[in-house]
Amino acid sequence: MTMANNTAAQTEMPVFYLKEEHHPETGTMLGFWIYLMSDSLIFGILFATYAVIGQNYAAGPAPTDLFDLELVAINTSMLLFSSITYGFAMLQMEKGSIAGTQLWLAITGLFGAAFVGLELYEFHELWSLGATPMRSGFLSAFYTLVATHGLHVTFGIIWLVTLMIQVAKHGLIPANKRRLMCLSMFWHFLDVIWIGVFSVVYLLGVLG
Amino acid sequence: MSAHSHAHDDHHGDGGAGHGTFNSYMIGFILSVILTAIPFWLVMDGVLDSKIATALWIMGLGVVQIIVHMVYFLHMNTKSEGGWNMLALIFTLVIVAIAIAGSMWVMYHLNTNMMPQMDHEMIRSFG
Repeated sequence: MTMANNTAAQTEMPVFYLKEEHHPETGTMLGFWIYLMSDSLIFGILFATYAVIGQNYAAGPAPTDLFDLELVAINTSMLLFSSITYGFAMLQMEKGSIAGTQLWLAITGLFGAAFVGLELYEFHELWSLGATPMRSGFLSAFYTLVATHGLHVTFGIIWLVTLMIQVAKHGLIPANKRRLMCLSMFWHFLDVIWIGVFSVVYLLGVLG
Repeated sequence: MSAHSHAHDDHHGDGGAGHGTFNSYMIGFILSVILTAIPFWLVMDGVLDSKIATALWIMGLGVVQIIVHMVYFLHMNTKSEGGWNMLALIFTLVIVAIAIAGSMWVMYHLNTNMMPQMDHEMIRSFG
């Protein structure tokens, strides 16, 4: 009798209930996606700030005076390369190759570090020209938006190194795979934000 | 029951988010390179005479590239996570659009309606 009741209950059970019960990982990925969406709100507000006060030069330098598009193009390609190399790391992870995963993660980290390094170099150059965040509303908004993205990439690199140590210690266990998939979403998400940054801030800025 | 749920797990693992193939990553990468190169080329070489046309091309190509990244790198589709990914994305896009468009609209009117002749010289004389 109890058996029959159970079977009946199971066939009538809603599908989503079964899915949730059997897929704890799925919850993590959706939760991380929600985090990325909340991060999008932060960037959305910073873009709105830039859109509003990005033209207030206070008789100071404008984007055309400051931005070196060749440097930005190199920087953009660093981030693009790091996206595809992270993709290769994920493919190696699915194959179960620890060495392959680690190699592509390391290359991704180097591209990420090159990106942050070039951005710091750019900030240093601007700073030496007197284009500091205190100079004008445009520069305050510029540094807030671009440096927030740069900080995200920096923390992404720290996370990446942490995961490389985790994989080296424990191998490609399900928990590490889940973490690598979260970082994958984070990394590609930062590339998506950068598309907005180079289009709105740099290209439209230099266009005038 | 346990056999069934295991099979279900495997099936879901294959179709879930976060998975791509070498080909899908390469397609995404090549499309991104093209979609990045075009707007840089338009601005750096001054290809178009009209600034507005160039700006529209930059924004349009940016939106297309974001979609390419979402599909090929973030593996977004309407079915991932039972549609909740897409729902959260749409919600976020609506909020971001309201925040950006609303801010620009309000601040534009605020600037237009500000005291007349409030130029840099006057601001400086106040300081």
